[in-house]
Amino acid sequence: MSVSIPKPARARVPRRDRGQGRGRSQQARETLAAWLFLAPSTLHFLIFTVGALIASLVISTWQWDLVTPHRFIGIDNYTALFQDSQFYTSLGVTLTYCLITIPSGIVLGMLIALALNQKLRGMTTLRFIYFIPYVAPVAAVALLWRWMYNSQYGILNWFLSFLVPGDVNIDWLGEPRLAIVAAAIMDVWKNLGWSVTLFTAGLLAIPAHYYEAAELDGASAWQRFRYVTFPLLTPTTFFLVVMGVIGSFQVFDSIYLMLGDTPNAQATTYNFYIWQQGFRYSNMGYASALSWVLFAIIGVLTFLQFKFLNKRVNYELG
Amino acid sequence: MSSVSAPLPGDGLPEGAPDRNGRDPGARLRKAIGYFALIALAVVALAPLLWMLSTSLKSNQNVFSYPPQWIPHDWKFSNYTSLWDDLPMNRWLFNTFLVSTTVVLGQLLFCSMSAYAFARMQFKGREPLFYLFLASLMVPYQVTLIPAFVLISRLGWIDSYQALIIPQLSTPFGIFMLRQFFMTLPKELEEAARLDGASYWRIYRTILVPLSKPALLAFGVFSFIGMWGDFLWPLIVINSPEKMTLTVGLNYLSNSYNTDWARLMAGDVISLLPLMFIYAIAQKYFIQGIAMTGLKG
Repeated sequence: MSVSIPKPARARVPRRDRGQGRGRSQQARETLAAWLFLAPSTLHFLIFTVGALIASLVISTWQWDLVTPHRFIGIDNYTALFQDSQFYTSLGVTLTYCLITIPSGIVLGMLIALALNQKLRGMTTLRFIYFIPYVAPVAAVALLWRWMYNSQYGILNWFLSFLVPGDVNIDWLGEPRLAIVAAAIMDVWKNLGWSVTLFTAGLLAIPAHYYEAAELDGASAWQRFRYVTFPLLTPTTFFLVVMGVIGSFQVFDSIYLMLGDTPNAQATTYNFYIWQQGFRYSNMGYASALSWVLFAIIGVLTFLQFKFLNKRVNYELG
Repeated sequence: MSSVSAPLPGDGLPEGAPDRNGRDPGARLRKAIGYFALIALAVVALAPLLWMLSTSLKSNQNVFSYPPQWIPHDWKFSNYTSLWDDLPMNRWLFNTFLVSTTVVLGQLLFCSMSAYAFARMQFKGREPLFYLFLASLMVPYQVTLIPAFVLISRLGWIDSYQALIIPQLSTPFGIFMLRQFFMTLPKELEEAARLDGASYWRIYRTILVPLSKPALLAFGVFSFIGMWGDFLWPLIVINSPEKMTLTVGLNYLSNSYNTDWARLMAGDVISLLPLMFIYAIAQKYFIQGIAMTGLKG
């Protein structure tokens, strides 16, 4: 892969020109060089991001199955969406997914990070292990967990039989509402190392003198956590919440591999529904409209995160 | 490699809470809890993967034995070899390597070139263009998925390597991340080189890229792992088994073997092993990548 960048002529800039701003020809050369450096990415960006965004907006006003000619229907896709019960169901499914993955990721991640926040031997080696689930492709771990969730022979039910009395025969993936819980549990397992790392980085960023001051004031370990650690970790926590919501709206692979290409409506996540409309039923217009609603949701969330983080900075300075 | 590495556990950095050994009575207890958490987390992370490995080596009766056995009764390696007999495993491995490597090299080149322009050059339109790239980080991939698919199919690229590679060759995220890194590098070397008449390309190639190796590696490893695990896009643009990548191959496998768990897990192990190998080699850079990006897998 060779990209040839013409080298600008090697003109030496006379020393006396420096300091008084650069000459006009130097300025022009720099602009040309900059645009040459930017050319591949910008071209790619114009096609696959800007162009695609415009196309997506246009397609969302069409009734189109890719084969027969499209028909312009204005905002009908968007209005239809609000009467579509599966739209609401998939939002609900995604919300359930958020409500399981986000709090457990935060609580477990914070607890483990606190426990690990000491000079412990062997941490560097073990860190390798913690990240294996995170590194593994979702598709691969979903297949594994499908086997672990097996109602008759699954290792999970066997494990649970030690914790609760009697035989455990939970049909994790057979019951749609439970299947979404199952997918969420797998998600927590997969991303635990990630939230632990972010919390650990957050803990290390807290200045030690805050704790020294708290100790001088006679604060107990709990009070130190309650009034120093926890408030100062809020940016990390908030970041995890926002990333968790965005991540939940992207869930597709695990559902596809654990429940197949036509899961029960109660187990159809938002992203899965977009795929279903677009690539199973060939409703390109409708799927595009769904994706724009998702864009709006993520836009609001990102805005809130920015606002929140700005407030934090002010708070820290004041 | 100063500023890439965010503080991480085990790096011997001063811990947050004061823990003056011996004087603090709670310190010992906290350390014990720390070790317990350390080991518990390792067990939780590993157990499912060991179960996958164990199942992959079992005979069909052994798979369903109850209570479950962690050590296979008789080691059945034919679960693996039979996959090669039945399926284009070598093609899948090759395709995944080819696509992931090409995309990563492309991203490294194109993103770092743009990042250099944004970090170091003065030109009209720099700010608006940069903010346009930055704003696009917010766009969920679903929005551009359908137009990208329409474009690829209109070009007649369905079932081709181009379809897997070209739409991924540059990412605004990579540009943003590398630009942030370039901004932290001292400018003196470049200025001296400029006085000596070095071209921008030469400065980029001989000064900036060598100085940024840790950041480039972190981004590269991160992006490689992401590409290796990509599922939805290859599922959409690839139909024939010969052009599939491993993740889509796994889906194909799960449709063809249904409940032959030993073989399914063998396929799972194969799809994971090369990736684990690469992760083991480049672990340091990968974890830096997470610290730099905060991305969720």
